[in-house]
Amino acid sequence: MSEDFAVPEKSGAEILIDTLIEQGVDTVFGYPGGAVLPIYDALFQHKKIRHVLVRHEAGAAHAAEGYARSTGKPGVVLVTSGPGATNAVTGIADAFMDSIPLIVLTGQVATNLIGSDAFQEADTVGITRHCSKHNYLVKDPADLASTVREAFAIATKGRPGPVVIDIPKNVQVATASTDVKRPTSSRFSPAGEADYAEINRAVELLANAKAPILYTGGGIINSGPDASAALRELAELCGAPVTSTLMGLGAYPASGDAWLGMLGMHGTYEANMAMNQCDVMLCLGARFDDRVTGRLDAFSPDSIKIHIDIDRSSINKTVRVDLPIVADVGAAMRQMIEVWKGRKYKAAALDDWWARIKGWRAVDCLSYAGSTQEIMPQYAIERLFAATKDKSPIITTEVGQHQMWAAQHFHFDAPNKWLTSGGLGTMGYGLPAAVGAQMGNPDALVIDIAGEASIQMNIQEMATATQYRLPVKVFILNNEWMGMVRQWQELTYESRFSESYSDSLPDFVALAEAYGWKGIRCSDPAKLDDAIAEMLAYDGPVMFDCRVHKTSNCFPMIPSGAAHTDMILHSDEVSGTMDDEAKALV
Amino acid sequence: MHIKQELTERHVLTLTVDNEAGTLARIAGMFTSRGYNIDSLTVADISEDHAISRITIVTRGPPPVIDQIIAQCERLIPVHKVTDLTEAGPYVERELALVKVRGTGDQRVEAMRLADIYRARVIDATVNSFIFEITGGPDKIDTFVALMREVGLVEVGRTGIVGLMRGAEGS
Repeated sequence: MSEDFAVPEKSGAEILIDTLIEQGVDTVFGYPGGAVLPIYDALFQHKKIRHVLVRHEAGAAHAAEGYARSTGKPGVVLVTSGPGATNAVTGIADAFMDSIPLIVLTGQVATNLIGSDAFQEADTVGITRHCSKHNYLVKDPADLASTVREAFAIATKGRPGPVVIDIPKNVQVATASTDVKRPTSSRFSPAGEADYAEINRAVELLANAKAPILYTGGGIINSGPDASAALRELAELCGAPVTSTLMGLGAYPASGDAWLGMLGMHGTYEANMAMNQCDVMLCLGARFDDRVTGRLDAFSPDSIKIHIDIDRSSINKTVRVDLPIVADVGAAMRQMIEVWKGRKYKAAALDDWWARIKGWRAVDCLSYAGSTQEIMPQYAIERLFAATKDKSPIITTEVGQHQMWAAQHFHFDAPNKWLTSGGLGTMGYGLPAAVGAQMGNPDALVIDIAGEASIQMNIQEMATATQYRLPVKVFILNNEWMGMVRQWQELTYESRFSESYSDSLPDFVALAEAYGWKGIRCSDPAKLDDAIAEMLAYDGPVMFDCRVHKTSNCFPMIPSGAAHTDMILHSDEVSGTMDDEAKALV
Repeated sequence: MHIKQELTERHVLTLTVDNEAGTLARIAGMFTSRGYNIDSLTVADISEDHAISRITIVTRGPPPVIDQIIAQCERLIPVHKVTDLTEAGPYVERELALVKVRGTGDQRVEAMRLADIYRARVIDATVNSFIFEITGGPDKIDTFVALMREVGLVEVGRTGIVGLMRGAEGS
């Protein structure tokens, strides 16, 4: 065979970059290091991909999550071997729990050094095996293109999730023919449409229900914008009330008539009571998480439960359901609408059910004692919402009280606007997620609603925002406590506040200025609106140190181990202790 | 407060999987990370091109946990098919054990007699020892090993079980 006709060979690094471009990647969040230098050199020569240099690999993973969640496209992470990879693990685990599509490219020591405890070697594939949807160690550059293609399919199709590709340095340098095409693997075939027999049954149950409820979750957001549209249409057709998990906020508009608010541990009274009292529950892309169900044996005891989920393992995991349907939730809802219309069902007379809901709504569970002296944290969120709702902002959060207050008092009318760490509950998620969301949505208003403790966990990403001129706003509810820890200690451990005080806080305004941001501080409720307006008017990143009432607790609350009907609505109902069974629950 | 124990069932699962690096670790590790039990696990490639392996896992758990184990196995990318032999209908399961006994005189004669009853074959012999090869269900092997303990058991190696559905159909 003549050499002249040989297909030109490319290095593994070049094949990787070519394949990323082929997959539509335009943004990569990363941090260079020894074991990815060949890839960084290839990136340097390909201007089609923007690389966002984070300040810590955890920031890269969360930024990619924020990018993915807000754009619907997979987020791409590029980090080096050893500490680069281990630093990214929290973000990978976070994306796994919240079903966020990520492609995580990690450098690895050369194949001949693997297992020798080489410099910056870690068993990345071993470490990420059970916190990723799938992972690979690529040992031959000829396998790179097909591996990356399969990784994108796995990350984005079915229930999305993170896929890790570990690439040894010599595989990045070695060359391979670029026409190597392994047959496209057919081993990954996620569920699509539902079986019509099941859909018919679900529609019959829903149409004949006297007290139905739609319990929606993050699966609807993941299924795409059409799934949110389908949910709105289905809710309109059947007239049932709609509640959502933390991850599903925005799929159904909070301004909609049927909206009950979020359910679960810090959900609304009306949502939890309706879940408890309903006769038909249609669970759409949610997973009966322990934060949602409360005590399992008291969870919605008399309802017929229909569960539509794309992941078979989510069905009957904690709650036994009567009609399981494994399907893409958007497609299944479209089928339900088709059947409903085809059979000319009418929304049942649900007046009695809505009258009961009206009674629960009258409890006004999100009310709180106002103050003219201090900014109440709920008030701060309300004012932030009032000032920004017309701008359709993207909101990210950290984890804790501020996250729950944001979920309760900030209202979302569209999907992909609410980015929060629900499953893993990762403090430090919000700022890098805001960076990623702003990269993917340059014209959007992106606000990280933060706590003074959480924000410090990835505060180094302020520099990333500065470097890329990202006008993100960080709105810190600063109560000088790790508020949710303090709240649980007050409720469960007789107010023994073990290590939950945020001591030695930085001056956030001075810190903002040190990073080239604008800093604003406000502690007076009368001046809050003006201060928020000042933040929004500034064309650049702003850190807003909102000094709020220090010991407010987040209510309503279902204590761990309690039933939906045992909600604590106000702090005066709290005994301050719990038995061991309850203490042992998360 | 005390930790509660639940009643468990024994199930035999067979998995058809891609024969690639890390598949076994992925499956075994998933059992560990989700707190499932493995009584035994066998694996060998079964296709001509060595691309596909069959794994037989004996596990234990309450019925909802068994259901969840199957779903979690199916969720793994290299896993093509999971069959719960215990649920699928009549099936056969077999295990192979190598059993070494040491002894002389009456003990040695008795070991041989018992081996004959259990259809164990001698595959190594010295003047004061035997290695028996025995196949059968786990109960039969348990019983045989218990008997050998009486006549001078030295050590035993067991493969863990493999199983197939009865009849003409594949699983």
